[in-house]
Amino acid sequence: MRNICFYFQIHLPFRLKRYRFFEIGKDHYYYDDFQTEDRIRNAVEQSFLTANRTIAEIIRSSNGKFRCAFTISGVTLEQLEQYAPEVIDSFKELAQTGCIEFLAEPYAHSLSSVFDANEFERQVTMHADKIESLFGKRPTAFFNAELIYSDEIGELVSKMGYKTMMIDEAKHIMGWKSPNYVYNHSYISKLKLLVRNHKLSDDIAFRFSGLSLSAENYISWIASLPAEEKVINIGFGYEALGIIQSANTGIFEFMKALPYHAMEHQMSFVLPSEISKKNESAGPLSVPYPMSWVGNDKDLTPWTGNDLQQEALNKLYAVGERVRLCTDKPLLRDWLILQSTDHFRYMSHKDAFGTHYESAYEAFMNYMSVLADFLERVDAQYPTTIDNEELNELLKTINHQEKEIEKLENELKKLRAKKTKKEL
Amino acid sequence: MKALMFGWEFPPHILGGLGTASYGLTKGMALQEDMQITFVIPKPHGDEDQSFLKIIGACNVPVVWKENDWNYVNQRIGSMMNPDEYFWLRNGIKYDFNRIHTNDLGCIGFSGRYPDNLIEEISNYEAVASVLAHQVDFDIIHSHDWLTYPAGVFAKQISGKPLVIHVHATDFDRSRGQVNPTVYGIEKRGMDMADHIMTVSDLTRKIVIEKYHQDPRKVTTVHNAVDPLADADSFKKSPRKDKVVTFLGRITMQKGPEYFVEAAHLVLQKTDGVRFVMAGSGDMMNAMIDLAAKRGIADRFHFTGFLKGRQVHEMLAESDVYIMPSVSEPFGISPLEAMQVGTPSIISKQSGCAEILTHAIKTDYWDIDAMADAIYAIVKNPAMYNSLRDLGRDEVNNIKWYDAGMKVRKIYESVM
Repeated sequence: MRNICFYFQIHLPFRLKRYRFFEIGKDHYYYDDFQTEDRIRNAVEQSFLTANRTIAEIIRSSNGKFRCAFTISGVTLEQLEQYAPEVIDSFKELAQTGCIEFLAEPYAHSLSSVFDANEFERQVTMHADKIESLFGKRPTAFFNAELIYSDEIGELVSKMGYKTMMIDEAKHIMGWKSPNYVYNHSYISKLKLLVRNHKLSDDIAFRFSGLSLSAENYISWIASLPAEEKVINIGFGYEALGIIQSANTGIFEFMKALPYHAMEHQMSFVLPSEISKKNESAGPLSVPYPMSWVGNDKDLTPWTGNDLQQEALNKLYAVGERVRLCTDKPLLRDWLILQSTDHFRYMSHKDAFGTHYESAYEAFMNYMSVLADFLERVDAQYPTTIDNEELNELLKTINHQEKEIEKLENELKKLRAKKTKKEL
Repeated sequence: MKALMFGWEFPPHILGGLGTASYGLTKGMALQEDMQITFVIPKPHGDEDQSFLKIIGACNVPVVWKENDWNYVNQRIGSMMNPDEYFWLRNGIKYDFNRIHTNDLGCIGFSGRYPDNLIEEISNYEAVASVLAHQVDFDIIHSHDWLTYPAGVFAKQISGKPLVIHVHATDFDRSRGQVNPTVYGIEKRGMDMADHIMTVSDLTRKIVIEKYHQDPRKVTTVHNAVDPLADADSFKKSPRKDKVVTFLGRITMQKGPEYFVEAAHLVLQKTDGVRFVMAGSGDMMNAMIDLAAKRGIADRFHFTGFLKGRQVHEMLAESDVYIMPSVSEPFGISPLEAMQVGTPSIISKQSGCAEILTHAIKTDYWDIDAMADAIYAIVKNPAMYNSLRDLGRDEVNNIKWYDAGMKVRKIYESVM
């Protein structure tokens, strides 16, 4: 029996406003709320609501046979809560069907897995907390931002207790191997890797209208694959349903028709965490250098490929440890939002997907001015003249002092109480 | 293919960008093996590079028949032109131009500059064109800029050969919209009579279509290129404490110098360690000195006066940022020259070269905030500076006159 595993990714960044250098030190609000709201509302109206409704309907009409997974970044969940709470409700309803799984990812959709392991861990936990508080279940499968993966990252993810991780099909990793098996981490066999079928995913996400694809054809393609290839992972951005492929292309009808044709061919839909439980690994995959799901080369160049991006990332992650010592809430929130991969993608000369800047340089200038202000604020909290270890000690003493004072105060209260009792 | 070109300037004696562009384009076209170019200018100095084309000086072309003996002609203009050619051209005199003042050889005196009687020089140039059109063998006529349109048109009427005109600038650029009706008339007639119009940018193309009412199908953009700088590596940046931001060009209304001063003022409010240089001269220079003083930045704002030749490249190479805030610039070759010597450039979106450059910062000419932001980012951020320097240099080195020449060739073929 063949298994199809569908998963959808949702991420929209908080957009930065036009921030000039002379605002550094004066203006600490970095966001273009209008643009952010406009984009999220647009996505909600054209895609998310209809798509959720469609999926709910498929689940109902297939008696729960259709199952799929979602990965929604923390910053996007925040935007949805603020600008489109109806979408959160609709996801909650979907979650109640039991046919939906939410995947874990770094909260800010960041590159922290590559640049700052501690931050990565913190964000994954944050995200899992958020998912649990919204949808009642803690994720067990992992989807890294931009499907970035390497042996090292896999190890981090495994250490956090995740047993399943999604990766993309890249020629330089797979070689002759088919993506339609379950694989495992190169030296941690309990971490299962699910490889996204690149062609079948893009057939829907990018080529659907061009191919005038029908559900029948699509399923017959899958059916014609060798019988021993048991697992087909199909994942793409949720906005493919309704925005990249607009509603009038018939994409939603296509989705509705999929389960029937799949069942005709005795195929079933499964969730990522179920696959890895049910299926044995076909072997390890070794990924010494980080890979992603973007471009032909499937590497990190869309975010780290040029000097501008390197500079911005180095400056940002240099203060990671220090920021985590801070307790200032607005600062910590800015820290997260500034880490979204999108800001760095906009600085790419070749592949600035989704950019609203006129050039890579403009994106860089704007980001660096914001970052300069942010760094000044970090510095104001804890001056850079004190190094991290010393700072840690000092903070310990301070925190300790508070406890000490509390203890003494309590004692004082008790004694006073005793005294008043005596007097009575 | 034989092209008869009418120009006004040719290096080394040039007054503006027209001469540089004419030189680059003809040199690029000469790389096509079967291309023969005869280039007419009002007054050659004899030291022009004629290795790839033939130059005819209009001031040596007889328009009134005078009897002279070979030796006398040789003595008079032998340094510029073979006397045989003089006699051969004399056979092309078919009209009576006695109304024009001519010298003992029957030639007209040209200044070759932009004198007060420019309109008269333009019409005299037409007389020369008539002689050449009768005598010279060519397949196509190519006129550079409005000064030569009447000559081109006359040559077309006489020979019946197609005329293409090359718009390097329009009067709308020079005057911020306050056009001179006589100049507009000459430009409009040239465009109306041309078989095809080439413009140096899409910006200029738009002006030609909208303000001169030309059929868009007849107007094609051929972007300028830049000559490779053979000794680019010889220009070195000397070690300095302060960063230098440079404006270089005529200090006139068209170039937007006041926006540069205002942007400098903004930058200096936030940081020191930056100096601003305004190189060049022009009718707004004194006003700019006043403005810099009024903003209280005169200690960091410097004027160099007019620079020429190697000085220009030296100044550009010494700068950390080159800025061109032109209000209207048909093309604007100087940012390309700055990038050749590794200096990052900030250019206005209202300049034609913005259409072909990726690794330069583009802002609106009036947007002093954006300009100041860009200056600040480049001088404060090594990653920004290095990217613009390296990628910009590579980009400019790939913009070749040969490719522009091939485009011109296609246009020639389309009208023949």
